[in-house]
Amino acid sequence: MKFFTTFGAYLLLLKGMLTKPENFKMYWKELMHQCVEIGIGSLPIVAIISLFMGAVSAAQTAYQLTNPLVSKSALAQVVRDTVILEFAPTLVCIVLAGVVGSKIAGELGNMRISEQIDALEIMGINTKSYLVMPKILAALITIPLLVVIAAVVGIWGGRIAAGMTGIISTDDYDKGLLENFIVFNVWFALAKAYTFAFIISSIPAFYGYNVKGGALEIGRASTTAVVTSCILILFADYALAAILL
Amino acid sequence: MIELKNIYKAFDDKEILNDISAVFESGKTNLIIGTSGSGKTVLQKCMVGLFEVDSGEIIYDGKPFTLMTQEERKILRQQIGMLFQGSALFDSKTVQANVKFPLDMFTNWDHNKKIKRVNEVLDRVNLNDSNKKFPAEISGGMKKRVGIARAIVLNPKYLFCDEPNSGLDPQTSLVIDILIREITLEYNITTIINTHDMNSVMEIGQNILYLYDGKNEWVGNNKQIIFSKNDKLNKFIFASEFLRDAKDMRMLEEKGIIDNDRNMEDVISDPESNLLMKDNEKREHHPDSE
Repeated sequence: MKFFTTFGAYLLLLKGMLTKPENFKMYWKELMHQCVEIGIGSLPIVAIISLFMGAVSAAQTAYQLTNPLVSKSALAQVVRDTVILEFAPTLVCIVLAGVVGSKIAGELGNMRISEQIDALEIMGINTKSYLVMPKILAALITIPLLVVIAAVVGIWGGRIAAGMTGIISTDDYDKGLLENFIVFNVWFALAKAYTFAFIISSIPAFYGYNVKGGALEIGRASTTAVVTSCILILFADYALAAILL
Repeated sequence: MIELKNIYKAFDDKEILNDISAVFESGKTNLIIGTSGSGKTVLQKCMVGLFEVDSGEIIYDGKPFTLMTQEERKILRQQIGMLFQGSALFDSKTVQANVKFPLDMFTNWDHNKKIKRVNEVLDRVNLNDSNKKFPAEISGGMKKRVGIARAIVLNPKYLFCDEPNSGLDPQTSLVIDILIREITLEYNITTIINTHDMNSVMEIGQNILYLYDGKNEWVGNNKQIIFSKNDKLNKFIFASEFLRDAKDMRMLEEKGIIDNDRNMEDVISDPESNLLMKDNEKREHHPDSE
């Protein structure tokens, strides 16, 4: 029963934000602000994770590719496809669920507790629209871009690791990258990125917006938001793989 | 003017407001007083639409707020300013940006005109040199004043203040009270203040609604409150012996028995008219005091 009540409230939040902006310029400004917060703010952590993700992927694949009949350049194909299909969208988005999700839930929760949301409502501003919508839109704009960057950096990390450790030469790695490349994998990764971006932004926004109580409840809301987002990302990951692949 | 007619509000099975009716006049500081949990904040939040009433009518200058659509409410809310208990300033914005925010949202003015207006209202609340400071860098009293400046920047017709003196020292509280009263008169605003600060009640209580357990217990003003025989009200307002003494003094002042020039030297030096001393003597000889 509680699930349906919560899900209903979540849908009402999403419905409530679909209204005409009071001032388009202010909403645009807020959207740009959120793009910077979510996109630029998450870029360093995404770059670091992706670099090591690709490097570890290359090292571990090399460890398992012991069959002399398999060409060395296959390593690059495995790294490329693993990074594009799974690591870049899923792993990065799970990290972002923690980084961005807790920030969104904490920010909105604090605004709720300190009556800043009430203050905006009294001014005649639709807070669902002004506070939640720019965050979701910004996530939908920036997170797929971050996933693309993560994929590129991840593959590059694999190249560095392969070259530095002498597993294969960088020329072989580059050659392998161009073999059997399936463009659909990129579209699949982007489909995942958009789905996860929506989850990462809307779930924490829901929990943060509806916080009741004090500082302790803000912490609880952030934790619940991150845990719920991670579970939903994994569920959506499987669902998309089952449907699209 | 804001009129309340038979307001009822409950959360789950708990009744918070029970048949509240009142009239809050423009150009006056209207106070809603009562103990913690008496329903003051809920009533105020119902009046601005943050909570929906279960039944009853809220009428803003003849317009029934309870029957308005969301769009109509949004338009009306642009005429409402509110000062929150914790000031509710936007943490990430400077004082100037906080006050400018309603102008950014609801006007098409150019930047210079907005800044001019912001400086005007900040000047009005005696905050001239804090434009670039963040809320975390200013004191509680200053936050309240920024909150007032933000509330009045769009020239509202209605001003709501939820415990404007909470957490402030008596002197700063008085400054805030006087400021609210002056602004109310200056702009002919309908001001509604939730408070349980007795200084505020006596200083600016031009129209007072006393809530007790969610019910309308007493209505009057700061002069009538002195002579009120309502036990619940007297226990709440004049809770301490000091306040009871102050009440006695004010009663004597109002009756013209003693001067109200706050200079008590004449009274004390004249044994015949020293009513305060007589009163004290009486108490000293009262059996309860032994």
